[in-house]
Amino acid sequence: MSTTPTLSVMSLQAGYGDVRVLWDVSLEVAAGELVCIIGSNGAGKTTLMRCLSGLLQPSAGSIVIDGRPMAQATPADFVRAGIAHVPEGRRLFSAMSIRDNLLMGAYLRTDKGAIAADLERIYAMFPILAERQRQDAGTLSGGEQQMCAIGRGLMAAPRVLLIDELSLGLAPRAVELLSETLRKVNAAGVAILLVEQDVMNALELANRAYVIDHGRVTKSGPAIGLASDPAICEAYMGLS
Amino acid sequence: MRSWLTLAVIAPLLAALPLVGNNYALRLATTVFMYSVMAQSWNFIGGLAGYPSFATAAFFGLGAYASAILQNHGVPMVPAWACAGVAALLFAAFLGGAILHLRGHYFAIASLIVAEMLREIVNTLPDFTGGGKGMNLPLLKLSVTAQAQFFFYAMLALAVLTVATAIVLQRSKLGFGLRCIQQNESAADIIGINSYAYKTAGFCLSAVFVGVAGAIYASWVNYIDPPDVFDVLISVKPMVMVLLGGLGTIFGPPLGAVVLLLLEEVVWRNFLTMHVAALGVIIVVLVLFLPHGLLALIRERFPTKAMAN
Repeated sequence: MSTTPTLSVMSLQAGYGDVRVLWDVSLEVAAGELVCIIGSNGAGKTTLMRCLSGLLQPSAGSIVIDGRPMAQATPADFVRAGIAHVPEGRRLFSAMSIRDNLLMGAYLRTDKGAIAADLERIYAMFPILAERQRQDAGTLSGGEQQMCAIGRGLMAAPRVLLIDELSLGLAPRAVELLSETLRKVNAAGVAILLVEQDVMNALELANRAYVIDHGRVTKSGPAIGLASDPAICEAYMGLS
Repeated sequence: MRSWLTLAVIAPLLAALPLVGNNYALRLATTVFMYSVMAQSWNFIGGLAGYPSFATAAFFGLGAYASAILQNHGVPMVPAWACAGVAALLFAAFLGGAILHLRGHYFAIASLIVAEMLREIVNTLPDFTGGGKGMNLPLLKLSVTAQAQFFFYAMLALAVLTVATAIVLQRSKLGFGLRCIQQNESAADIIGINSYAYKTAGFCLSAVFVGVAGAIYASWVNYIDPPDVFDVLISVKPMVMVLLGGLGTIFGPPLGAVVLLLLEEVVWRNFLTMHVAALGVIIVVLVLFLPHGLLALIRERFPTKAMAN
C-alpha cells in the first residue's frame, strides 16, 4: 500500500557475546499494519524485539524507522522515533500505582494535555485499570498486568507497538479480551508487531506474518495464507 | 509542599539549640547533622535507585583529604569545603562510569573496595597526604564555644540543604526515573529513561554533600588520618539509619540518624566492646520487624488526610 514502511529491518544480525542468535532477519511493517512473528522457542523472537527497541545493539544489518536509520540509537531514541515495547513478562513498576505506571509510559513526552487525554483513552479501553488506578501494579492479575503494560506502551503515543508474548501464562478469556483490544488499537492507526507463541491466535489477529527459525526468516506472507500452509500447521500447531 | 513546611518548622527550632544546649549537646547535634547528610545522600542512590552503595566512606574521606590538602596549601576554609564537594562529585562521576553497570551484590562489593583503595593510596603518598601519620588542619582562632557553634551551624546548613535537595529530587523527573530504575531497570530503559546517565547522576548526588561533610568534619576535629575518615562504619551507619527511618523517604534518613546516634550515646557507652555487635542486632531487628522504617510506623499510627484519599 504505502511506499515507505514505518519500520523496516534489513539483514539484521545480533547475539550475546560469542553466541549469535539472529543470522539474517529482514522484515517490514507498514503504517497501520498488524504483523506477527511466529517461531519456536529459541528462534530469536525476543532478541529481535530487543534490537527493535534499542535494548540490544545489532552486530550487522540495519533498522530504519520512517526512513531514518537507527544505527547506534539508544532505547530513548527508539521511543522518540515512535516505537513502544511491551516486553515479555510485562515488567511493570510493581510498587508504583497503575496510574503512575501508565504516566511513566509518557516519560519522554512534554504535551501535558495530550498525555491526560491519552490516559483517559486507555482507561476507557481498560475500565478495570481506571477502577484500580491507585492500586500498586504488583497487585494486579496477569491479564490486568498485561493491560497495564500495553497501556504503558500506548502512553508513549507510538506508531509501532511491539508486543512480546501477548498471551504467555494468561487465561484464555484474558487473551480474548486483549486480542480484541489490539484490534481496536490497530484500527485507530497504531501499527503492531506481535510476537506470539499461540500461533493460531496470532495468525487470526494479524494481516501478515513472518516465520523465524534459528535466527532466519524462513517464510512470510499474508496471515491467512500461512494459516493454511501445511508445513506451518505441522510445525507449530501439531496438525497434520 | 508539606515537606517544605515540615523543613521550615524543624530547621529554625534546631537553629535555636545553641541558646539552650551546652557544648556537649552541640557536639552531639553536629554529629547527628553530619550523619543525617550522609544518610540522606545514601538514600539518593541506595533508596531511590536501589543501588546499595558502600562508597559513602570513600566520598567522606576524599572530601576530608581534599579540603585538608587545599587548606595546607593556603586555600581558605570555606572555599576548600566547596572544592571538596566538587572533588567528590567528579570522583563519583568517574567511579559511576566504572561500576554502575554492575547490579545488586556485585555493585555493593565493587563500591565497598573503593574506600579501602583510597585509604591505601593515602597511605602510600606520605609527602602529599601525611600517609599513615595523618594530617593536621589549620586551627581556628575562636573560643571553644564559638567553634562548637560555628561547626554546629555549618553542619546544620548542609543538612538542610541536603533535605531540600531530596524534596526537589522527589518530585523531579530524575527522582521518578531513579525510582523506576529501582523497581525494574529494563522497563525503565524501555520507556526511554537513560538509566546509565540517571544512575550516574544519582551517584554524584550521593557524593557531593558527603564530600562537603567530610571537609567540615576535618576542619572540626583538626586532625584526620586514613583509618578515621575511610572507616567502613561511615558507609554502613548511614544505610542502617535509612533503613531505620524509611527507605526512599525524605524525612526517614534524618530521623534514622537521630534515633541511631541517640541509641549509640545512651546505650552503647555501656557496652563499649560490643557496640558493633549491637549494630548487627539492630540491622536484624530492622529487617524482621520494621521493613518499612520508623516513618511508615508513624504514618500508620497517625494517618493524614492526604494519605487517606
